Amino acid sequence: MQQHIALGNIDYAILLIYFGFVIAIGWILKRYMKGSSDFFLSGRSIPAWVTGLAFLSANLGAQEVIGMAASGAKYGIMTSHFYWVGAIPAMVFLAIFMMPFYYGSKARSVPEYLKLRFDEKTRGLNAISFAVMTVFSSGISMHALARLLQTLLNWDYNFSIMVSAIIVLVYILLGGLTSAIYNEVLQFFMIVLGFAPLVILALKDIGGWSALKEKLIPVATSQGFQAGTFSQSWQHMAHPADNPMGVEWFGMVMGLGFVLSFGYWCTDFLVVQRAMAANSMSAARRTPLIAAIPKMLFPALVILPGMIAIAMHYANGKSFLPLGADGTPDYNMTIPTLLAKYLPTGLLGVGFTALMASFMSGMAGNVTAFNTVWTYDIYQSYIAPGKTDTHYLWMGRMATIFGIIVSIGCAYLASHFNNIMDMLQLVFGFVNAPLFATFLLGMFWKRTTGHGAFWGLLGGMGGAALFHGLAIAEGNTPGIKGAWIAPHFHFHNDMGQNFYMAIAAWTTCFVLTIAISLATARNKTDEQLKGLVYSLTPKPETAHEPWYQQPVTLGIIVLAATVLLNILFW
Amino acid sequence: MNFDLRLPIGIMFSLFGAILTIFGLVSDKKIYEEHSLGINVNLIWGLVLLVFGVFMLLLALRGGKKPGPPPPQN
Repeated sequence: MQQHIALGNIDYAILLIYFGFVIAIGWILKRYMKGSSDFFLSGRSIPAWVTGLAFLSANLGAQEVIGMAASGAKYGIMTSHFYWVGAIPAMVFLAIFMMPFYYGSKARSVPEYLKLRFDEKTRGLNAISFAVMTVFSSGISMHALARLLQTLLNWDYNFSIMVSAIIVLVYILLGGLTSAIYNEVLQFFMIVLGFAPLVILALKDIGGWSALKEKLIPVATSQGFQAGTFSQSWQHMAHPADNPMGVEWFGMVMGLGFVLSFGYWCTDFLVVQRAMAANSMSAARRTPLIAAIPKMLFPALVILPGMIAIAMHYANGKSFLPLGADGTPDYNMTIPTLLAKYLPTGLLGVGFTALMASFMSGMAGNVTAFNTVWTYDIYQSYIAPGKTDTHYLWMGRMATIFGIIVSIGCAYLASHFNNIMDMLQLVFGFVNAPLFATFLLGMFWKRTTGHGAFWGLLGGMGGAALFHGLAIAEGNTPGIKGAWIAPHFHFHNDMGQNFYMAIAAWTTCFVLTIAISLATARNKTDEQLKGLVYSLTPKPETAHEPWYQQPVTLGIIVLAATVLLNILFW
Repeated sequence: MNFDLRLPIGIMFSLFGAILTIFGLVSDKKIYEEHSLGINVNLIWGLVLLVFGVFMLLLALRGGKKPGPPPPQN
């Protein structure tokens, strides 16, 4: 059965007011866009609380909201590992150790840091793969939004694509990165204030946390797991067969925590760009830490609804969530189902607007990262160096238009050829997995050379592809899901396979980079690496700041709170 | 940049809050039986949004007089 949401006039009014504000913010910011650095870097003038919330929000796209609720329903509270093992430690690491290099080096993008630290080819590899990925991700966001609106509201697919593309285009053209950042903050409050009543009502309906735990027992036992599997985050991680994620603690901590999460939060320009826009080094370092505080509570907002939905699904004779073609629940419909059930017209407008906002900021985040990398790292570096700043500002606007047009193309590609998208996401996985090894060595080992970084990175990608060709998860047929060489490593499901692929890629890159660096001559002197490598950079002076502004103190508080959360939901 | 983001946030959420509060007062109670466990969430959450919006506005108005952020380091 398909879910439908009936929006009333008041809901549409809220939706329209919201988008009115989004455009208006872009309009107001227009007069501040004087040069390319205003457009791409927000002139490095934004206070920490704004960049912090934008840092969080840039990642709060459809994948996060819809996907984490879906995972909450599918895997239970173990989904919180994405936050309490993955994201938060990585964000603290970024703030304390890596931000000084990103911000202090005056690099305008992550690829540009790679150029300063290593060489042109390493930058080129990262810039080009990143640019391609962002437009595809933006297109996938657009496609997912249009598909959802089609299912829920019966809106025309083309209409949804055009409307979302035009809104994002207008506010980025007007206000550049600042516009995207400000709207991400607006969206952050929309999501929190729009979803909180939903979660409160759903939790009240099921009878509170202890009743939820009770009702999650049959969900676990009927799938062949121990009673507490869906409500205890660590107790069922001794063996991959003990939990629905199909992974044991080592694969989770190393694959998800260390490799994938650090790789994403510490090297992805989409999020790092927000911190780079901060108005001082101190604000830049506080950005991920300010983001980490709400982030550690987000499982209550995005995972908990999924857990409630699956508990209700089993309690109601498997009729709460809509069923997919194969008879299993359509997990991606978790949030829409809850919205339709618990929010009456009025508040529904707020919740629904929050959902739409999250898709659009997902697109906008990608587009702003794309136009910067395109203009600075590809256009200015390889195509047209030495032009005036006005020219690059113009190019940034053109890149925004171009990026959105390509995104639209990708959205249609996704709607017609699902397997092309699967293939692309697979390749992105290969490209991203080894990155953190390159950055880690680059920032902490001054002996790392440009050749070492470049070939290590390529080798890591190759390692990922090779591992993928040898690994297969239960129930999958060899091919795009893995084992296209030979089924050599077996996993319980895709997630375990993914985590180990990441570990393989990271290790290959790490070892190769060290080996090649030792075999090649250094291409940068100590003097050139000042501000780019840990041992050659003076530590940022923070003693004069009050304790609540000191990154290390804040970082320790954040980590302690995260450990506490892990223990509470052990 | 002397554009205070708290201003639009404050205005928007005050507006949403006011709309929901008024709608909560005049709406048919049946929609709450159907959806939100009989609780008039439009009224309650409308007030929450209103308080949040007004709080942001107050911060923006007070903060407007403060000197700008410290100049960038290094």
